Amino acid sequence: MLRYVIRRLLTAIPTLFLIVTISFFLMHVAPGGPFNMEKGIPPEIKANIERVFHLDEPVWMQYLRYLNNLIHGDLGPSYILLNFSVAELFRVGLWVSAQIGAAALALSLVVGSALGVIAALRQNRVLDYVVVATATAGSTIPTFVIAPIIQLLFGLTWHMLPIGGWNDGAFLNKVGPVITLSLPQLATVARLMRGSMIESLHSDHINTARSLGLSDYAVVVRHAMRGALLPIISYAGPAAAGLITGSIIVETIFQIPGVGRYFIDAALNRDYTLVMGTVVMIAVFTIVFNLVVDLLYAVADPRVRYD
Amino acid sequence: MADRILSLEDVKVRFRTLDGVVEAVKGVSLHVEAGETLAIVGESGSGKSQLMMAVMGLLAGNGEAEGVADYRGTNLIGLSKTKLNTIRGRKITMIFQEPMTSLDPLFTVGSQIVEPIIRHQKVGAAVAKDRAIEMLRLVRIPDPERRMASYPHELSGGERQRVMIAMALANDPDLLIADEPTTALDVTIQAEILELMAGLQRRLGMGMVFITHDLNIIKRIAGRVCVMRRGEIVEEGEMADIFARPRHPYTKALLEAEPTGRKAPPPANAPKILDGTDMRVTFKIGGGFLAGPPILLKAVDRVSLTLRRGQTIGIVGESGSGKSTLARALLRLIPSEGAITFDGRNIAGLGRNAMRPLRRQLQIVLQDPFGSLSPRMTAGHIVTEGLLVHEPSITSRQRDARAAQALEEVQLDAALRNRYPHEFSGGQRQRIAIARAIILKPKVVVLDEPTSALDRQVQKQIVELLRGLQAHNDLSYLFISHDLAVVRAMADHILVMKDGRLVEQGSPDEVMDHPREDYTRRLMAAAFAA
Repeated sequence: MLRYVIRRLLTAIPTLFLIVTISFFLMHVAPGGPFNMEKGIPPEIKANIERVFHLDEPVWMQYLRYLNNLIHGDLGPSYILLNFSVAELFRVGLWVSAQIGAAALALSLVVGSALGVIAALRQNRVLDYVVVATATAGSTIPTFVIAPIIQLLFGLTWHMLPIGGWNDGAFLNKVGPVITLSLPQLATVARLMRGSMIESLHSDHINTARSLGLSDYAVVVRHAMRGALLPIISYAGPAAAGLITGSIIVETIFQIPGVGRYFIDAALNRDYTLVMGTVVMIAVFTIVFNLVVDLLYAVADPRVRYD
Repeated sequence: MADRILSLEDVKVRFRTLDGVVEAVKGVSLHVEAGETLAIVGESGSGKSQLMMAVMGLLAGNGEAEGVADYRGTNLIGLSKTKLNTIRGRKITMIFQEPMTSLDPLFTVGSQIVEPIIRHQKVGAAVAKDRAIEMLRLVRIPDPERRMASYPHELSGGERQRVMIAMALANDPDLLIADEPTTALDVTIQAEILELMAGLQRRLGMGMVFITHDLNIIKRIAGRVCVMRRGEIVEEGEMADIFARPRHPYTKALLEAEPTGRKAPPPANAPKILDGTDMRVTFKIGGGFLAGPPILLKAVDRVSLTLRRGQTIGIVGESGSGKSTLARALLRLIPSEGAITFDGRNIAGLGRNAMRPLRRQLQIVLQDPFGSLSPRMTAGHIVTEGLLVHEPSITSRQRDARAAQALEEVQLDAALRNRYPHEFSGGQRQRIAIARAIILKPKVVVLDEPTSALDRQVQKQIVELLRGLQAHNDLSYLFISHDLAVVRAMADHILVMKDGRLVEQGSPDEVMDHPREDYTRRLMAAAFAA
């Protein structure tokens, strides 16, 4: 098992290298640079700034410099949010995004799985149709519609929740963003779980369990649900990586100081280091969560063994 | 009327399907007495399994049962789940056909046996564990203490079926229902399991209902037999009577369904058509970056054979013995080492493109008539697909005519060629698969367990069809089967394989009646013991 983990982490290095290289050159293909938009900067000063950040060097030199820094754990300074390094921005923002993301993930896994199981047990009856219809609606209504509705109803009309802001992470400020972020995931998990559970309930060993006179609880929860959870684990990995690295829509609408906004903001402003930092962060999370999923799989399913 | 434990009265089972209501069981009455074995015999679709599923309350969601299934004064049909669960698993238990999927893959064998013991006997975990180990010993699982911690995938099919039996017997039931418990197993394992079940039944004195399509099995274990057909019992009686004096025409047909006849060997000077020398197939398992060297599995280990025109070589052996792998290697469907000569030409080194024109002469018919036909193509298109490659010049009208002709050759109504595979029965589908092979006028056909998924009566018809086609078209067959009765009726030369090696070969009479090797002797004893 340890060998397997080491092997997976080692194979992650070329993957990461490839992602960094492709993103770096793609980004430099886009016209403009971080200091181009400011009309007011005189050419001499702009040249000075660019010299400080080595932006006057050929692209391949910048690339090698970036790689070297990255190997040493240095993500560089942000070009736009001056006075901050990329690492500092992440240190603050990632914690915020991760809190919301983790809560949203937990909510969608728990509630989504439960709804899926209920629908499967009531297959083709009213409750099943209700869950499936809600789940379909949940995954089709975009977040930028759900978020304002939550703000409008719970914030403006009923005054139950603040409309936005972080407020140092107060509980009530997180409710809106967490629900908004989790709804589409919850819907997907519910649909996935329903299908998986129906399949599991039809498997031969469930018949065996029933023939042995086991209680409904033992049959459904111990035998059917455990098998049905396996596909959910596979889904949860990439979903976790996506949720924890933040969402631009949710963070913008609810005014949350997370890292989700950085990707688009930085790309639009040609904040090269911040874009690269975000790419590296998302890639690392994706690789790590996929590894965690594969390890969890081995724990959950005795037929899967790594050595 | 001794001690009647289960009596069924006018039991009906219906399924609501998209095509309307299907009556699977149409009013069956029977009874089981304590300590007796009742066999229910019938072909697939006769309702024999659904009848017992109804008794156990295990019908699929769209099924419903009516009638009376009286277990010692309680009607099981329509009983509440809570009450039913105090009887099933405790007083009446069941084992199923598929040992591969009947156990929960995520739990250890031990915990799966312990679970129903704790539930029904209300004992502690330690007591239940001791009882489970005792049960594993009873079903002769070696090293039961250690096996308790094994997962189902770590056990062979025979061992899994033993575990199922242990689970079913752990609570000392009055009645054990066995639904084709040996059908998915190799003959030698099948014989062991049957002997085990018969022995346990005598020792523990429980009643047993044995559901099967295989009359050979009944000879070994049953006391009384019910023959079912299309949801009804057509004949009932003592086993010996049924075999000696069958009354119903259907029972007679079933008894005569064993394939008969022998095939004469081709003349000694018949030309060699396909020859494999020193064939080896090795599979690599695992290996790769940082994972250490791969494990090499010798699936076929230095086997040579010569197939002459008009000859049928039967390849027999248990699952995993390499018989299918050998045949696939000879057809160059998988990479192998060794020389292969087809029609005087060395084909071992030919590339894909060089092989393609030869493919029409080297055809294969597979075991599963359900999986081997594309569900989205009509029978006509399936049969003529090979013509698109090998005779691209003919028009679609000509192809259609050829399809009709090929279907008639396999004795199917040519008018059925616009239907889709799901509209055919298993036997009809196998005929379509055979038509697909012979339409190309091949010289060699590999028949990989072509009759194993079929009922006995249909098997017999397919065997006769294959023999007729062979005589008519001068075909050479490689006939792979674990069913020795069918091999005997088809082959004029037999190879016995075990663990990738050739154990013994010779004429059917030599190999089957006077086997030289121990392994062959065991195989024959298991298959033909009456």
